[in-house]
Amino acid sequence: MKPDDAQVNWVEEPKLGLTGKMYLPLIFSGLAVTTKHLFGPKMTVSFPEQRPEIGNPLIYRGVHRLNKDEQGRVKCVACFLCATACPAHCIDIIAAPSPWPDRDKYCESFTIDELRCIFCGMCEEACPVDAVELTSLFDLTGRSREEMIFDKEKLLSVYDMTKDAEPMKSRVMGASP
Amino acid sequence: MGTVLVDGIEVPVADNERLNGIQAAERAGIDIPHYCWHAGLSVVASCRMCLVEQGTKDPATGKITMIPKVVPACQTPAKDGTVFITNSDKVKQCRAQVEEALLIDHPIDCPICDKAGECRLQDYYFEHGQPERRADIRPFHSPKREMGDTVTLFVDRCVMCTRCVRFTREITGTSELMVTNRGSHEEIDVFPGFPLANKMSGNVVDLCPVGALGDKDFMYQQRVWFMKSHDGICTGCSTGCNIEVEENQDRVYRLKPRENAQVNQWWMCDEGRYGYHHVHAEDRQVGPRRREGDKYVNIEWNTVTAEMKAKLTAAGRIGAVISPHLTIEEAYLLIKYVRSIDPAAVLALGPVPVIGTDERFPNGFTIHAEKAPNRRGIEMLLAHFGGKVLSFVDFQKELDAKTLRAVWVSAGYKKSDWNDETTARKFAGLDVLVVQDLFSSPLWNMATYQLPGGSFAEREGSYVNFQDRLQTAKFAIRPPVGAWVEGQLYWRLLERPGLYQSRKVLTEAAAEVTALHLALGGVPPTGLDLRANQLAGEKKEAATV
Repeated sequence: MKPDDAQVNWVEEPKLGLTGKMYLPLIFSGLAVTTKHLFGPKMTVSFPEQRPEIGNPLIYRGVHRLNKDEQGRVKCVACFLCATACPAHCIDIIAAPSPWPDRDKYCESFTIDELRCIFCGMCEEACPVDAVELTSLFDLTGRSREEMIFDKEKLLSVYDMTKDAEPMKSRVMGASP
Repeated sequence: MGTVLVDGIEVPVADNERLNGIQAAERAGIDIPHYCWHAGLSVVASCRMCLVEQGTKDPATGKITMIPKVVPACQTPAKDGTVFITNSDKVKQCRAQVEEALLIDHPIDCPICDKAGECRLQDYYFEHGQPERRADIRPFHSPKREMGDTVTLFVDRCVMCTRCVRFTREITGTSELMVTNRGSHEEIDVFPGFPLANKMSGNVVDLCPVGALGDKDFMYQQRVWFMKSHDGICTGCSTGCNIEVEENQDRVYRLKPRENAQVNQWWMCDEGRYGYHHVHAEDRQVGPRRREGDKYVNIEWNTVTAEMKAKLTAAGRIGAVISPHLTIEEAYLLIKYVRSIDPAAVLALGPVPVIGTDERFPNGFTIHAEKAPNRRGIEMLLAHFGGKVLSFVDFQKELDAKTLRAVWVSAGYKKSDWNDETTARKFAGLDVLVVQDLFSSPLWNMATYQLPGGSFAEREGSYVNFQDRLQTAKFAIRPPVGAWVEGQLYWRLLERPGLYQSRKVLTEAAAEVTALHLALGGVPPTGLDLRANQLAGEKKEAATV
């Protein structure tokens, strides 16, 4: 940015008037705003007793889940596209030949480091089989770093936990299953 | 001398050169897409991807007459006056149509295909294909089958370029692969009961322009775009094939041949290709140790320099066994080191494993029985420094004389079978026995100092192959924690500042050792033929006599 850039709009600091210099009137006008909000509608929620409402779960980016197909098998085909797209390098996959005849490859291990994840949703975008999705669960906690590295079983259990409340996004959005 | 015109660019072609359209265009910097043509194989012109417009220029009038139809560039000789047009609308349309035809029954399972990222079909689709799929045919699915112990065929991905079939017929001469059925039912297959089982079978995977042939060793291990490729030299035998070591985060995932017309052309053998697993073996030694009584205690690498100097100086008479797995630079530094402590140190060549006999394939590619990469190089150094080349057996006789008080043994073999209890016992009774190796062996278990060394993927330096060609390899990965590559250790032992610089050492060695003089001017990527130097030397000697 150059000082003579035409797109830069330089604003001078406004000069303080008499009320400003006297200090107290501004204090009172500030307190008036505070008092007004004391009686107005509440903007905050009392978490965790009260849960905030998620506007649209379809576009919310919370904890990941690994989707299962109709037969309860993991949908992931271990193509590594999520790991490739991930800007935080938090996805680690080990691929193996699949035990099922209709597929060549599946993920033997699939781990996401939830602490390293920046919840950008790129993995979800990259996935060609809609296997990895972000749910609207946002309050994930753990007692150790190891606990926050979610493995395949844990990610599949997130699917079991959320599948009723949040059906697979691809189906909701009208894509083929 | 003739001139070929490619898209208006004049390409000079020598009279004795037999180039085709693709090669002529390459000289002009133009890439003609192709699947079936390969410089090392015969021409079939079956994929039709390299279709171009061709004509001739009349040398007298300068008038260009074009052929009305398109021709395959791979089958069209580029001779004086030949004109190629590779960027016309007609050519572009041909390429798009070929690409469309190939993709009609391609499964497009790129996400799970190991070739994705280095696949011709993918690349050419983006470059020459058309965005829309017009045919309403569902791609057929055919299960994968085993071609042999090393290769799996994904039948539905094949584009029938027949490169693999021609490879087994022309290069290995084993003819295991064939085309079965005709027309759109064509498939690559092996004859029943005769699997793909030659010693160069891995090459068909590199040859395959799509993901039809998969390497079982590499299958599903890593996506290709994660790996970095480093120029290396295969250390499996004395052929010294040029290779690419592909790694990701200090783990080698595969080796691929690198083109060098003088040595390995485009190929490498399976033994070399799959011979990298020892690099990441579980039982690889890490951490330097010193013997105290019957036990070994861990020591710090930082203290090794001072400790070695004191112990070796105290011992007085030193012998050094220089392994044929060391690079020229490393061997040179080791010799310098032992000679700096004992100027009359005895130098010997380490054991050179010989397994079976040389195997020669019909195209001239040879797998040598001598399973070490640098015997010739070490011999050159020993001839210069030691006067004569002492073999490992001769060195053991030297040990029997009991004059040596300290011995430095460098190794770095892929297995620990290079010495046995009988050999190891000859080394008993020494004041200091330093063994540098990758794995535990009888000799290793007798050592006063156990110094874990580097493998071929971690070394940097030059090897001299069976035909006296000096070739330089770069390091691909860092050694495991606790192991030091020989070059770095010797560099430190000689109390040189900073990190080991192979280029500097090679120049130094070349300036000192006559046989390596040619390396003073640098080593070209395809290697340096040292025989030229020897011939010149012989001539000079003859002239003076």
